[in-house]
Amino acid sequence: MGRKILLEKAGIPGIREFSIYRHHGGYGSAEKALIKMSPAEILQEVTRSGLRGRGGAGFPTGLKWSFLDRKCTNPRFLICNADESEPGTFKDRYLMEFLPHLVLEGLIISSFALGANTCYIYVRGEFKTLIGILQKAINEAYQQNFLGKNILGTGYSLDIFVHPGAGAYICGEETALLESLEGKRGNPRIKPPFPAYKGLYGCPTMVNNVETLAAIGPIIEMGGEAYASIGKGKSTGTKLISACGNINKPGVYEIDLGLPVEDFIYSKEFCGGIKDGKRLKAVVPGGSSVPILPAELILRTAGGQQRLMTYESLADGGFDSGSMLGSGGFIVYNEDACIVRNTWNFTRFYQHESCGQCSPCREGTGWMEKVLNRLEHGLGKMSDIDLLASIAGKIEGTTICPLGDAAAWPVSSAIRHFRQEFEFHAEHPEIVRKINHGALVKNQESNIQYR
Amino acid sequence: MIGHKLHKPENKIVAFSPETLEKIHELISHYPDGQQKSALLPVLHIAQEELGGFLSADLMDYIASLLNIQSIEVYEVATFYSMFNIDPVGKFVIDVCRTGPCAICGGEQILDYLKKKLNINEGETTPDGLFTINAVECLGACGAAPVMQVNTEFHEFLTSEKIDILLDNLREMANEKKVSQSRWVEKFF
Ligand SMILES: Cc1cc2nc3c(=O)[nH]c(=O)nc-3n(C[C@H](O)[C@H](O)[C@H](O)COP(=O)(O)O)c2cc1C
Ligand code: SF4
Ligand code: FES
Repeated sequence: MGRKILLEKAGIPGIREFSIYRHHGGYGSAEKALIKMSPAEILQEVTRSGLRGRGGAGFPTGLKWSFLDRKCTNPRFLICNADESEPGTFKDRYLMEFLPHLVLEGLIISSFALGANTCYIYVRGEFKTLIGILQKAINEAYQQNFLGKNILGTGYSLDIFVHPGAGAYICGEETALLESLEGKRGNPRIKPPFPAYKGLYGCPTMVNNVETLAAIGPIIEMGGEAYASIGKGKSTGTKLISACGNINKPGVYEIDLGLPVEDFIYSKEFCGGIKDGKRLKAVVPGGSSVPILPAELILRTAGGQQRLMTYESLADGGFDSGSMLGSGGFIVYNEDACIVRNTWNFTRFYQHESCGQCSPCREGTGWMEKVLNRLEHGLGKMSDIDLLASIAGKIEGTTICPLGDAAAWPVSSAIRHFRQEFEFHAEHPEIVRKINHGALVKNQESNIQYR
Repeated sequence: MIGHKLHKPENKIVAFSPETLEKIHELISHYPDGQQKSALLPVLHIAQEELGGFLSADLMDYIASLLNIQSIEVYEVATFYSMFNIDPVGKFVIDVCRTGPCAICGGEQILDYLKKKLNINEGETTPDGLFTINAVECLGACGAAPVMQVNTEFHEFLTSEKIDILLDNLREMANEKKVSQSRWVEKFF
């Protein structure tokens, strides 16, 4: 079995309850941090740990925390980003469902380190049940004086509130989240100013992912250096990977960063290989937004090195032959998967989720969806492929928030690595129409409109 | 982005129960003074659940007055988020995930099966007012694909047999006039 840091206590019956979590050493880190450590010392440990944001971008957490405006006299806020809507990603859900107190402990230590007296957990609205679980844990923590006024007699006070989203992927982007938390549409803000200076209600605000914050307790417990000794290079510690798609054992796995991708896919301990004895065709390793890689490039880099589960190794080769660790949403495709169909599916997602503020994203996602739709349904032509690549290229880097890039990358990478499949769709419309999901095609055809 | 057409106000009286109203005032206190608008999303969830399943113009105007904001501020939010219904829906709203990971594990067939079985399309409600089907994006449960929610309750590893049983159960629940599961208004305290 692999090492467990985050999920160490996950298997203990009743661990959702305060008393049992406490009995197994829970809240020991919160005690240590609040009673024995100063905010600066906590920050130092987090920096030493090398922990990187688990929400997708992988930005060093200690550095990000150091940016928070500490001169401003306005209140500061910590926001726990539990919007988890990136297709393929379901790890935060697991943490909140099974280890709510581990998450809270991380929030308490982090809020103390950042000097925040109010913390909101922004949970996607579809996780209504989890909101109940979190709230129950929060109530217990209040009863035990780990929350509320004068926590453990230290003079430090903290309130944590759960706030629901309502079905909008874009609200995972941190400035859209802040808008949403203020009761508005989730339109990302133009940066700068960054939330660390002007965030929620114009006050200094830190937004971190659930998994990032959940790791803070263990880091305080074991020390930053010990945490940094796990992993490989600048990818320190452990990471939750949510594995799904055509594999034998979909689920959430905690891995030491640095594990070979091949082991992750084929080992019995993790994905357990491809389902029904089929062959591996492709992987999207970090949530739908990151480039797709064909089997040979996910197992080995273009330079022939073994591909590892690290930020660096997965990105090796850049956009030509690499991808990203992203959120850790690991989607596996077998030989039967139609890459054109999958690309169309993802593009439809981004079109649906675009907030509509920037023309390249709003119009570009819709345009790509139309072109992919007709290719997938045997109504496309060869020139559509270059048209797609060109639209994707014009969205990249031209938008307010990274959703535009996130919509473009799956398209450009799919064309780069699976061009022949797109060409087949353009060349053989009759075959495509026949083999593609029978009844569904009929439905869709009648819906297709040209502009 | 989703497009919506708002309905006209009918000037019907709508109001929360006194108990719910009390909770809403407590909810507003979770946000700093003067930031009561922050409570809009949770209040809309509660309103939709307790007062008819969708957000009529009258209901939205009422919420605007409760939070002391303009009606348009409620309309623009209600139409932005996919969990809010602007049109009336059935008693059971079935949200079937249509995104990639579910799609490659049979999600498309599940959606088709449901549509055939209930004889409606996505976005439609059965004539008896019981079921609405929506095709929605990733529900954050891809490891249990194919996935759907019925009134935000998860149903995972779906097969056509499971759907048959579930629909029967839901019909039975409706006959016995049972109210389902936990309420939004209880979630934040
Ligand atoms: C379109 C979009 C969606 C995002 N969704 C999420 C999300 O669901 N959860 C999350 O933690 N971060 C998400 N992010 C990243 C956040 O903007 C932010 O970087 C992150 O919460 C920072 O936390 P971290 O430093 O701990 O990773 C998203 C970003 C974009 C552009
Ligand atoms: S890139 Fe897309 S989602 Fe992001 S702000 Fe622009 S329109 Fe909105
Ligand atoms: S793709 Fe269906 S739950 Fe994620």
